[in-house]
Amino acid sequence: MSGQPFASGLTLAVGAVLVCAVAVLWLSSLASVIRAVSLQGIALGTVAIVLGLHLHDPALIATAAVVIVVKGLAIPMLLRHVTGDQPLERETRPLVNVPASLVASAAVIFIAFARTRGIARYVGTTAGSLVPVGFAALLVGYFVLVSKRRPVFQMVGILLVDNGISLVAFLVTAGVPFLIELGVSLDVLLAVVVLGVLAVRLRTDFGDLDLDDLQELHD
Amino acid sequence: MSSSWPAATVAATSVLQVVLLVVGGPLLVGLMRKVRCRLEGRAGPPIHQPLLDLRKLARRERMRPEHATWVFSAAPLVLVGTTLVIAAVAPLLTTSPAFGQYGDLFAIVYLLLLGSVALALGALDTATAFGGMGASRAMTIGAVAEPALLLSVLALSIPAHSSDLPAIITGSLTHPIWLATPQRLLALVAFVIVIVAESGRLPVDNPSTHLELTMVHEAMILEYAGADLALVRLGESMRLALMICLLADLFVPWGIATAPGPAHVGLGLVAIVAKVAVLGAGLAAFEVTVARLRLFRVPELMAGAFVLAVLAVVSALVSP
Repeated sequence: MSGQPFASGLTLAVGAVLVCAVAVLWLSSLASVIRAVSLQGIALGTVAIVLGLHLHDPALIATAAVVIVVKGLAIPMLLRHVTGDQPLERETRPLVNVPASLVASAAVIFIAFARTRGIARYVGTTAGSLVPVGFAALLVGYFVLVSKRRPVFQMVGILLVDNGISLVAFLVTAGVPFLIELGVSLDVLLAVVVLGVLAVRLRTDFGDLDLDDLQELHD
Repeated sequence: MSSSWPAATVAATSVLQVVLLVVGGPLLVGLMRKVRCRLEGRAGPPIHQPLLDLRKLARRERMRPEHATWVFSAAPLVLVGTTLVIAAVAPLLTTSPAFGQYGDLFAIVYLLLLGSVALALGALDTATAFGGMGASRAMTIGAVAEPALLLSVLALSIPAHSSDLPAIITGSLTHPIWLATPQRLLALVAFVIVIVAESGRLPVDNPSTHLELTMVHEAMILEYAGADLALVRLGESMRLALMICLLADLFVPWGIATAPGPAHVGLGLVAIVAKVAVLGAGLAAFEVTVARLRLFRVPELMAGAFVLAVLAVVSALVSP
């Protein structure tokens, strides 16, 4: 895979990762947010597949399979399990309202673009020129992390940040070693499991999942 | 290149576009109503009903509120006037470069917005509660819709290195790959959301309701009657047709006349009528399936369109 089809396929997949990150800010119901995260994992896997086909690197395609299975399927399933009895849960009181956070994400995207062009120029490849988009996805993930109150949405934020880091890694190095990507993906999976257990414990103990209410220690 | 377009052809095309929009706008509204009625299992009024309504309204006595000033009377004229200017100078049927110096996409967008601002001022002028409410709502929506529109126009003009409508259309005819790039797709979504908002269609505004809690556009034109109302109705239907025309020209440009001559222009005419009818019917069918958004959710939708347009611009800038 090379030339124009490679370039447009890669641009489309990388663009899909960023659009999914923005969609998390846009959507309010948890079910659709989890769907957006799942789509982002699959788009990230597609980026790796396109790069793997371009570089004729079977290890990269195996990495892509791990990414799609863990980030596209397993983690969203776990998140759905955590929400379990409340599939219609919404972020009712985000710290920043939806229109403002969308405008802020536009600003964040421009900052990412302005600050990381040097890296893009340094890398020099077609994939390298898309690095600003990866940084934008990462920063939008951070914004989700700091602007949401509910733990499940914060977990989603962590996933977005992690997907952004993976995307930048794919674009800059043209292929993370298989073992490293496997380790990172499983780490994230473990983090989601731990956070999920914590969230379920919080809900059974306190009946609600607002971290801002946890101000003092209990026995 | 403009020498290959005789002045007479350009003038004839211009007149043809104006006639097409004046007659076609109300017909498009009639078609969209018909599609909606059919999908809801009703017979619906005939397609030319909006034209008959315009004739009926134009004959009625012109009633104006007692304390209304010239702003109130000028608003419908500005609305129709700006739309007619666009119809005359925008390259809707052809990519003739003779239109290029006037067919700047930014100029077209701002002429369109001038009409909505004039209408909002006219609504404020009467100092009625509904007029003010409608104007404030329309401007709230417009204030977020405008940057989105502007940025998606910017994203479209980056690959063509020009904001001239003919240059953009010719560019995407010669490079069909432009139409499938992320910036095009993102700009398309943003553009469609803005068109829906600016023309006051579902899910942003319901054109067929006069419920005071929800109406936006209808609240603004509540005080107009007779010939004034006919002008407003004509202006809004022409705006809708014009925006769908622009959408068709920018995103599905095939069929537009690229060379002078009656045959080419005739083909362009048939193509644009067919495209606008299909897009309008599609929009009407979409409207059947959605519910109106709560007014507080509309800025979220518009901010989403804005971010999509930003993404379109960014991806146009970084695309390899």
